Amino acid sequence: MASHPSRAKTWYGHGLPYIAKKRLPGHLIAIEGTDGVGRSAQIELLRPWLELEGYAVSNTGWTRSPLLSETINEAKAGHRLTVTTFSLLYAADFADRLEHEILPALQAGFIVIADRYMYTAFARNSVMGADPQWTREVFGMALVPDLVLYLDIDVKSLIPRVIMGKGMDYWESGMHLALGIDLFDSFERYQGRLIDEYRRLSSEFGFLSVDARLPIEELQGELRKHIAEYLSAAYRNSRPDSADNRASTRKE
Amino acid sequence: MICVEGIDGSGKSTQLLLLERWLRSRGYPVHFTEWNSSRLVRRSMQRGKKKNLLTPTTFSLLHAVDFADRLTYQILPPLKAGMIVLADRYVYTAFARDVARGVHPEWVRAVYSPALRPDLTLYFRVPIDISLERLLSGRAKLKYHEAGMDVGLSTDPVESFRMFQSRVLEIYDQLTLEFGMRPIDATAEIPNQQRVIRTMVQEILRDYDRNRANLKNGVTSQSR
Repeated sequence: MASHPSRAKTWYGHGLPYIAKKRLPGHLIAIEGTDGVGRSAQIELLRPWLELEGYAVSNTGWTRSPLLSETINEAKAGHRLTVTTFSLLYAADFADRLEHEILPALQAGFIVIADRYMYTAFARNSVMGADPQWTREVFGMALVPDLVLYLDIDVKSLIPRVIMGKGMDYWESGMHLALGIDLFDSFERYQGRLIDEYRRLSSEFGFLSVDARLPIEELQGELRKHIAEYLSAAYRNSRPDSADNRASTRKE
Repeated sequence: MICVEGIDGSGKSTQLLLLERWLRSRGYPVHFTEWNSSRLVRRSMQRGKKKNLLTPTTFSLLHAVDFADRLTYQILPPLKAGMIVLADRYVYTAFARDVARGVHPEWVRAVYSPALRPDLTLYFRVPIDISLERLLSGRAKLKYHEAGMDVGLSTDPVESFRMFQSRVLEIYDQLTLEFGMRPIDATAEIPNQQRVIRTMVQEILRDYDRNRANLKNGVTSQSR
């Protein structure tokens, strides 16, 4: 997907059959990366830059749908869900944002920056032992992003960053999987596995990987370079009447 | 695992209640579970319905969350404990209703693939007019989603119900073949339907009875 920026959009699986096919002239950029790697800080810096460049920007983030966010928080507080139930909750959150935020913004020609995308579910579920094929089928309603930027980091470099940031949290340490005797141990193992999985997905889906160990400004520079390249190619190739930006349903 | 399926007003809940009474009176350990009853998504569902935020996909996924939660807490433990689980609606409700709302039939089957297949599924077949009559005599108004108002087929609730539930019926008929559901004539008199159902249930309980008898006599069960 990265090498063909102006290609028509595609659904990951069956898509949303009941939605009329409309032109989606906007761009969907997903930022992926594990917990505490600095995704939100980078996204905060991307938006004003893009707006200054003249692009309208819309943000969307994992578990932030009005329909589901409270339910997800309650569920996390209750510690009573299986990986299957969790996956479906995340899928519902995702679908709500897809239909009410992402698609309308793309139709209106916005750049949508997604803080995490379906790949987060793929990575976590794999680590938590859910059937990977099932997870992918559930997310068959997703639109494939035009660009996936992956913030790559090794677990050793991640640890001090998280400790100096908001600290190690129960879920991000994978305590629910009982992987180690203490928080640190568990964090190291859980995040190590997650990162392995993200890297595997990165090569499978052709993410553009950037080194998240770089200082904030340099990392931002890298991200901007990739986005600028993508956008200039996209706009060079787009002619309003020739380019068909309608999403087509196609199993990848 | 025994479940009942059919459109609203087909009388399936009544029949399941009568079956439960009968099974309990005969000493069977029974656990009852109902579609869309877990507390987990209740608030999201209420908010979604009230503010009309639900799309066919989120409607489907919220029900799937409910199902997954009940599968964990209400269905698998009693089954593993050797009890009889009675389910008022099962995955076939999603296969029929969600597809009638427009989601892809293969997608919804994939979503529900963690479910296990029931030993007996009773499908209560009823013409739309009879189900409408039953629903309208019990309460003044049809519910918004029950009438499929969200699909936008008609602005008149009764007309919308007729159109939407006809689609659902059509899909149920196809599912009957695909999944071997046992059709019950839901227009028949209540005790007559119940008689037919009890005969079917007795049949599938034969193995179950044998295992229980063996257990009572101290013989270890050989099944599974």
